[in-house]
Amino acid sequence: MADTTTEKIPFWLDPKKRAILFQIGVFCLVALLAYYLVSNTLTNLKRQHIATGWGFLHKESAFEIGESMIPYSSANTYARALLVGALNTVKVSFIGIVLSVFFGTLIGVARLSSNWLVSKLAGIFIEVMQDIPVLLQLFFWYAIFYETFPSPRQALHPMAGLYLCNRGVAMAFLSPHPAHKYMLLAFLAALVLSYAVYRWARQRQARKGLPFPVFWTSLALIIGLPLAVWLAFGAPMQMDVPKLVGFNFKGGISFSPEFIALLLGLVLYTSAFVAEVVRAGIQSVGKGQTEAAKAIGLKQGQILNLVILPQALRVIIPPLTSQMLNLTKNSSLAVAIGFPDFVSVANTTINQTGQSIEGVALIMAVYLIFSLSTSVFMNWYNKRAALVER
Amino acid sequence: MAGDATSIAAADTLKPPSTRKGVVGWVRANLFNGVFNSILTLVTLWMLYKLVPPLVRWAFIDSAWHTGGAACHKVSGACWSVVTQNFRFIIFGFFPYDMQWRPLVAMLILFALLFFSQNRKYWNRFLLYAWIAGLFAMGLLMKGGLFGLAPVDSTQWGGLPLTLLLSVFGLTAAYPLGVILALGRQSQMSGLRTLCILYIELIRGVPLISLLFMASIIFPLFLPEGVTINKILRAQVAIILFTAAYIAEVVRGGLQGMARGQYEAAESLGLNYYLTMRLIILPQALKIVIPPTVSILISAFKDTSLVAIIALFDLLKTSQSVLSNPEWMGFSPEVYVFIAVIYFLGCFSMSNYSRKLERELSTEEY
Amino acid sequence: MKMTKLCVLALAAVFMLSTVALAGTLQDVRAKGFIQAGVNGGVFGFSMPDKKGVWKGLDVDTARAIAAAVFGDASKVKYVALTAVQRLPALQSGEIDVLCRNTTQTLTRDTVNGLNFAHVNFYDGQGFLVPKKLGVKSAKELDGATVCVLPGTTTELNAADFFRSHGMKWKPVVIENTSELNKAFFAGRCDVLTSDSSQLAAQRSVSPNPANYVLLPEIISKEPLAPVVRHGDDQWYDVVNWTVMALIQAEELGITSKNVDQMLKSKDPRIKRFLGVTPGLGKALGLDNKWAYNIVKQVGNYGEIFDRNVGPKTKLGLQRGLNALWTKGGLMYAAPFR
Repeated sequence: MADTTTEKIPFWLDPKKRAILFQIGVFCLVALLAYYLVSNTLTNLKRQHIATGWGFLHKESAFEIGESMIPYSSANTYARALLVGALNTVKVSFIGIVLSVFFGTLIGVARLSSNWLVSKLAGIFIEVMQDIPVLLQLFFWYAIFYETFPSPRQALHPMAGLYLCNRGVAMAFLSPHPAHKYMLLAFLAALVLSYAVYRWARQRQARKGLPFPVFWTSLALIIGLPLAVWLAFGAPMQMDVPKLVGFNFKGGISFSPEFIALLLGLVLYTSAFVAEVVRAGIQSVGKGQTEAAKAIGLKQGQILNLVILPQALRVIIPPLTSQMLNLTKNSSLAVAIGFPDFVSVANTTINQTGQSIEGVALIMAVYLIFSLSTSVFMNWYNKRAALVER
Repeated sequence: MAGDATSIAAADTLKPPSTRKGVVGWVRANLFNGVFNSILTLVTLWMLYKLVPPLVRWAFIDSAWHTGGAACHKVSGACWSVVTQNFRFIIFGFFPYDMQWRPLVAMLILFALLFFSQNRKYWNRFLLYAWIAGLFAMGLLMKGGLFGLAPVDSTQWGGLPLTLLLSVFGLTAAYPLGVILALGRQSQMSGLRTLCILYIELIRGVPLISLLFMASIIFPLFLPEGVTINKILRAQVAIILFTAAYIAEVVRGGLQGMARGQYEAAESLGLNYYLTMRLIILPQALKIVIPPTVSILISAFKDTSLVAIIALFDLLKTSQSVLSNPEWMGFSPEVYVFIAVIYFLGCFSMSNYSRKLERELSTEEY
Repeated sequence: MKMTKLCVLALAAVFMLSTVALAGTLQDVRAKGFIQAGVNGGVFGFSMPDKKGVWKGLDVDTARAIAAAVFGDASKVKYVALTAVQRLPALQSGEIDVLCRNTTQTLTRDTVNGLNFAHVNFYDGQGFLVPKKLGVKSAKELDGATVCVLPGTTTELNAADFFRSHGMKWKPVVIENTSELNKAFFAGRCDVLTSDSSQLAAQRSVSPNPANYVLLPEIISKEPLAPVVRHGDDQWYDVVNWTVMALIQAEELGITSKNVDQMLKSKDPRIKRFLGVTPGLGKALGLDNKWAYNIVKQVGNYGEIFDRNVGPKTKLGLQRGLNALWTKGGLMYAAPFR
């Protein structure tokens, strides 16, 4: 059909134009729906005299928050209250992620153990924890905590400086000392130095083929530098031991039952999933890889470091990140057991101000920020992993 | 290998050493192979010894099964009476007491359908009709109003039927939506693709509880004056919208797993987009993603427990309601263990099935 | 094709389950044949499902009384369990017709939130409950205490105000679920439980060892709890308001669910008017003339409701106190029925 020109094709038969038309249609529908909902909402808000806008953020919150990482009182603003909540979410998510990865790896390795008993128990743990809703687990651990532990005056005292009671766990901790700041600096410096040593050792090995004990050097640096600083300050060993003052323990560091129940539930639930991820990752590396590595004369540690882990991690990291994200999102269930995370504080804010739209929008925005930053990290990682591939 | 023939012959004649077989052999090979494993076994056994007997004592020996609340407080073990005495409320919630056979029958129909659906021999047109008829029958039993069944308002639905309803209907309705979203995300039209990506990432980026909050407190504001939608339905819609985003990602995995040749073959046959998808791509892609879809069903089943936070009386909320009765205060572990067992049975059978299916499907490919 | 059918079916289902209401609430309620009442999910004595899933309690009986007044049938109520954060939106959006969920009347709620409060059905005030062994005699000694409190309530704000005005530090434990909160307190999670004092008394009386707990003398707030309706629907407001008053009036006149049938023959003009023997009052409200009779016959008078749900013979064992009739030193006072 040589005489067919673009002008002669009716636009509804031209796939390109049709696609554009179709998309315009879809966009119109979405826009119409959005317009319908927004206009309804605006009329409703007006009719029911519900206040709108973000002005409430600067008003006095007038409510207290149980635990906070920054100074806060009921005389502060809603904005600060919400910040306290967001920090609490970050805190519980961060600790939860670290613990879940640790225990999950342990259980995943146990699942692959040649010890029948350990492997079976790990399997049972994984199956049971995965199959019970995390919310139910939170309720369960919270109930166990406050229904079975004694009151502060009869607190369990399993070892010096550690108290367990239905108000939580109080632990002795180093009293604040100026040395700590410098120790932290020394620790950071050691991390940077270790990285430099690693780069240098790699380059040297590439040039001259000489190996260098990077791991041991780094370990020595990371432990040694802060220790040296500590000794230089005269080894301050003053411990801040919790004491029962009035109603509660004071001093040391303490964790509330809500925090512990939340952490316990999240960590147990997530580590079961992490264990499966780790197991699958390790199993994904074929046996031939180990054998081949042995054949070219690598040592056990080198096999793990240079052959197994790089391949396993490529399989493990993406699902692991999504588990971390799940943990962060699940931490929103704190509202059910009264840990003041972001959702819980936002919930109270909605309740006191009546501004539900702003409140829920804030919740969504905060979690989206967490998720998007993780996605950005994931994309970066995937790019790196892809570069390694041949 | 040269030694193969001889070693097989030797195996025929020589018996293995006694330490390699029987109970002793098994224990040696699986529990005490090496110093580290031996220590591990002993430590684990000691922990089990410390943990299991007191637990058994608590759960079975010292426990009370059919007493009142006051008598229960005197028992040192578990008080299972809190479950047995309130069993029907925990399971059926507010459903009128003398009509509770109806949700029971509805659940039995559901279990029967699920039972038949798990065998792939029965996957045919007839099963589809059976499902449609079954869903209709279940709806009728729950709602009433026809064939002489007294109508029961949906505000009175609760307990296990509500949990099942939210998860089964949630997945059924989310599935088509998820497939459409996945197709949109893979589409050539950039505008449409952006829209779908936006939706999927937005939903997957926020916790379900925020959507439930939205459904329970904001959604009424979206509707024109005077129009209201039932609370259960609103929560159901939130669950559907949430699940659809996850299904979309699973289906996308299936679509990406399709060989390029499949598309090209369909194109060369002159099939248009709709026919290509319907006849060639989707049947294969959806088959690949059955196992991950089952895991989404499992999470949907577990996630429905979140509706307890917005005061819908699902299984978790009915049990909490029992616990707030002064007579039964303080027996949370017992009730929660009971609920956990129900959830566990549901999820475990589904994940077992998913694994079985995965094996079947993977063997078929070769 | 199949998809289209499914969509149509789904849409139809949505419309079946959604309700359109634009006329006055009374007409809507009449048309749909039942009242939707928002209640608390679990406060023993006020609203809580029993073993058979039947709602029981003082707030529940108030809702039943409204149904008796409107339909002559107290059972025509559908209960929607609401959390603290859900209760106001549920009423504003029209999901429920009346909110009977121990809600405190405040100026903000009455004005900014677009609500109307009917006659109070329970007078309360916020107090503190502590274990006896703490040895605390006054709320002013609570510096540094851990306090269990429901979030998002007037209670939470009152407590914050109280501790602030006395320059004391405290640590709140906030759980949105009333029963979880009470459980946490009795298990020793907090030193203090703060709530409406009737609730505290109730919680104490049902705790494992009531003698181990004391109510502190301070009452730090006024908590008039009343049924709530939407702003701007005067007829429906009148129905709810006068239903609560009718419960009080019946007690004042000595009419109970047992003697109401004999009372129909009473010579007292006040009783005759009240029970509709002399017609007029019901019609003025847009109700049946027997509305008050139906309330008393099916639900009882205020005293009966009180005694049945929270009174001295129940597990809660509350005294009438502020909730006694005005003739007996309380605050329960109904405007004249004429």
